[in-house]
Amino acid sequence: MKILVCISSVPDTTAKINFTPDNKEFVAAGVTFILNPYDEVALSKAVDLAAQHNGTVTVINVGDATTEPVIRKALAIGANDAVRVNAVARDSFFVAKQISDYVSKNPFDLILCGRESSDHNGSSVPVMLAELLGMPCVLFAKSLTIDGTTATLDSEIEGGKEVLSVSLPFVAGGSEGMAEWKIPNMRGIMSARTKPLTVVEAVEVAQKTRLVSFDKPATRSAVKMIAVDDAGKLFEMIREEKKII
Amino acid sequence: MSVLVYIENADGKFRKSAFEIISYAAAIAQQINKPLVALSIGKVGADELAKAGQYGAAKVLNADADQLSKSNPQAYASVIAAAAKAENAEVVVMSASYNGKSVAPRVAVKLDASLGENVISLPDTSSSFIVKKGAYSGKAYAMVELLAPVKVLSMMPNSFKVVPNAVTAAVSSFQPAIDSKDFAVTVKETVRASGTISLPEAELVVSAGRGMKGPENWGMIEELANLLGAATACSKPVSDAGWRPHSEHVGQTGIAISPNLYLAVGISGAIQHLAGVSSSKVIVVVNKDPEAPFFKAADYGIVGDAFEVVPKLIEAAKAFKASQN
Repeated sequence: MKILVCISSVPDTTAKINFTPDNKEFVAAGVTFILNPYDEVALSKAVDLAAQHNGTVTVINVGDATTEPVIRKALAIGANDAVRVNAVARDSFFVAKQISDYVSKNPFDLILCGRESSDHNGSSVPVMLAELLGMPCVLFAKSLTIDGTTATLDSEIEGGKEVLSVSLPFVAGGSEGMAEWKIPNMRGIMSARTKPLTVVEAVEVAQKTRLVSFDKPATRSAVKMIAVDDAGKLFEMIREEKKII
Repeated sequence: MSVLVYIENADGKFRKSAFEIISYAAAIAQQINKPLVALSIGKVGADELAKAGQYGAAKVLNADADQLSKSNPQAYASVIAAAAKAENAEVVVMSASYNGKSVAPRVAVKLDASLGENVISLPDTSSSFIVKKGAYSGKAYAMVELLAPVKVLSMMPNSFKVVPNAVTAAVSSFQPAIDSKDFAVTVKETVRASGTISLPEAELVVSAGRGMKGPENWGMIEELANLLGAATACSKPVSDAGWRPHSEHVGQTGIAISPNLYLAVGISGAIQHLAGVSSSKVIVVVNKDPEAPFFKAADYGIVGDAFEVVPKLIEAAKAFKASQN
């Protein structure tokens, strides 16, 4: 079984987010970049599935050379090889087009992605990729098991879940709980240095969106402290002052 | 040209989020001076469909074919794209629910459109078409211009007020041809916990963290949530420890929410947690540690032990409820 995991390099979850004075660009200086946590779960799942089904795991990233440390991390976790599409990711459609172009030339039995990236949170790449490839997509997969060429998944829905059955190949989005996190061991880290990382050039894609600017949420006014003995007045107070309940 | 809004149902009923999204789409239609068309997919009764008119949808397309009775993002996307073409829609709007997020990107690809995901306010259409959406897991917003002639928008739940705007809804049947390839996924079972409130669209949320000391103490959190009509949520350490399901985890690697009221008990407020809840309109923090970072991001704070404060809040919620009736 050939499994592809789509990964992205994102600011560390503890990073403070800052922009240039004109608010047009993210300031990357001083920020540690990590493997998108949702992708990491998907990758952990892929490594488990490959072990169970005598398969291989390839990771693919759309990014410039600065994303290679994150790709090496994915190789250390257990991917067999990696592909980097040499382009700065412009938007979700651009990324989905690059990956679909690669997959149409190099077929896989299963494609896993994080259900979203922690920088843009669009949840769009897995779905667009599936659409471009004419495949089903289970974006909010909570669990995934494969028997032969059929997969069974639990999928998150409003107020519950669905149990789904689908034939390979398809695209699934990973989130917490789908697999145990894998922490790279020393052998993994050493072998990651020599595992194959292929760089391919990007295909042309018509531009669909343009980033105008960033903005930060307005800071809240100072917190109003309430004594424990007055806790009983909380809801009245919120009704009076905020009129939201 | 028109604005098309896809309205979701759950077991044949429209939820509040459906009326919210019609209100939002109606405001866009008014802003760009185009008629609004609503699309319902699946089995929804005539009385329920007529409700779309109460929020400004004068025309409702009813795609109620048997094969669409169960949720299927692939087929639903085909139906929405077909409706967008039939109605010559230049803006297609839906909720960024689990279903909407699984559908909108497909619709955008099918229509060769620009996609604005998780938008939180009306677009700026004064000279181009610019949407505002969440970025960096709630730590920032991004203003993005949508360049293609057709725009597909998914809106974060709770970002727009339901606005009554009564018109008479003319319902017509909509039965596009759908490719059998769109039915590759089989729904074997649907499990909906009755009586619980869906967390992503909840207006009120009661959330708790490690300060609760163990899963056996969640009874009072659930009681408080029930009294308020709130959904329950939790912090990452709590779901990691298996005290609560992952689906309740709000924060950077869980889900992002924007309720009217977020009441956090025994959660210190790590930056990853704040990211997922910072767009809540009012935040109340209960923590025994006066130095907990969450107080800096809160509107109301109570320094005290959860086991002392929550019972008081339960009594207050009972009194509050009684005063409203």
